[in-house]
Amino acid sequence: MRTAFIALAAIIQREALRFIRQRERFIAALVRPLVWLIVFAAGFRAALGLSITPPYQTYITYEIYIVPGLCGMIILFNGMQSALSLVYDREMGSMRLLLTSPLPRWWLLLCRLIAATVISGLQVYAFLAIAAIYGIHLPWQGYVLVLPALIIAGLTLGALGLALSSLIRQLENFAGVMNFVIFPMFFLSSALYPLWKMAESSELLHDICAVNPFTHVVELIRFALYGQLNLTALGWSALAGVVFLALALWGYDPSHGLTRHKR
Amino acid sequence: MGGLKITDVSFSYGAKTALNGVSFEVKPGQFCALLGPNGAGKSTLFALLTRLFTTRQGQITVAGADLARQPRVALAQIGVVFQQSTLDLDLSVRRNLRYFAALHGLSGAQAEVRILAALERLDMAERADERARDLNGGHRRRAEIARALIHDPAVLLLDEPTVGLDAASRRAITNHVHDLAQQTGKTVLWATHLTDEVQDSDQLVVLHRGQILANDSCATVRGDRPLADDFLLRTGAAT
Repeated sequence: MRTAFIALAAIIQREALRFIRQRERFIAALVRPLVWLIVFAAGFRAALGLSITPPYQTYITYEIYIVPGLCGMIILFNGMQSALSLVYDREMGSMRLLLTSPLPRWWLLLCRLIAATVISGLQVYAFLAIAAIYGIHLPWQGYVLVLPALIIAGLTLGALGLALSSLIRQLENFAGVMNFVIFPMFFLSSALYPLWKMAESSELLHDICAVNPFTHVVELIRFALYGQLNLTALGWSALAGVVFLALALWGYDPSHGLTRHKR
Repeated sequence: MGGLKITDVSFSYGAKTALNGVSFEVKPGQFCALLGPNGAGKSTLFALLTRLFTTRQGQITVAGADLARQPRVALAQIGVVFQQSTLDLDLSVRRNLRYFAALHGLSGAQAEVRILAALERLDMAERADERARDLNGGHRRRAEIARALIHDPAVLLLDEPTVGLDAASRRAITNHVHDLAQQTGKTVLWATHLTDEVQDSDQLVVLHRGQILANDSCATVRGDRPLADDFLLRTGAAT
């Protein structure tokens, strides 16, 4: 038991050190959502009318609407980036080093996932702090209550990255991940526009968005930021997380995953 | 009960057979050179030994523990040095070793003592606080061998550990590991395609196209011929 936590602490520390060292990665992780918030949202504010839908109790500006989606975006990018670093690691052999530890493999992978979630959480709070300086204030309880939602979001999207890293060999190319995972998940979700707005233009698009796990992750964060629990979003996010994690564990199982393909 | 035993192990990538009925045993304190040309199946065997893959055909026993049935007991007895460097180049040698110690459940003073002992054994103690990036290739390798010793494994696996090193570093590391087997009684499996890394008293396993061509002491295998000639003859004849 103690052994397991020593390993967890070491893996988190290693990821954190690596993240701090890659300063450009931290800045990029902050600039990306801030550009959306400050440039995109300002332009869109005029074009998009928002009605009062839960969890909002009053008319809100578009900037306020997209904050949860941008929190989700940070976590999504981070989950994918962590997956890429896994692939890169595996190439470099340090993933192999990790897997030679006598701890159970599922625990080692979970440690990586928890480490990535910690990094995502720090980034989201840094983003929320800058957004607050920019003038976007949320209820103060929201900043605390969003933490469990961020943890679930981090684990779910991190597990997706982990599953992809074990199942898809071509992940080395970040452009591929952008095109086939990040963009579809982000645009076909409630991150940028509410689902009812989507339904106005296309029922099909609405349905796709409604089954996208990223939508549920974003809604979980959105409600949590206003001190509310969206049980539907929680259920779907957790279910997606369990499925992604099962896929990842399968992928990293030495007897069948694609890790056995010849390098 | 140390030692490494490989019994009738086969493995294929789809239709391509990489290992075919491989069996050999390495006793404690023995330095065993696994000699084979590129593509012989050495890396596949190492992947099976470190449980990156598993196979249903054959059995691998590490210090008495069956790798398939008791993987964690077996893995705890293995120290590995991979062909490619797995050091985090931006961290100091000590931090790299600490990370690995933690993966084996060692922390605090206990880990520090073991790290220092492992580094001293490889004459690397004074470089503990240098960044891995600032070390030359030979010293990086030594740091990795030290790392593989921290948890005091019974079996040390090294997959072409001298790749890319100059002649002097290569000789120093080869000698170090030979001494290690003799002095500590660890079982060493050293994969290589370079015949000059093998000494006459070593056990020599020649692997070619997934099959074992020879398994005996190096002196017996080569007879009167230099090992390089013998190796070319064997692997050439099998072409």
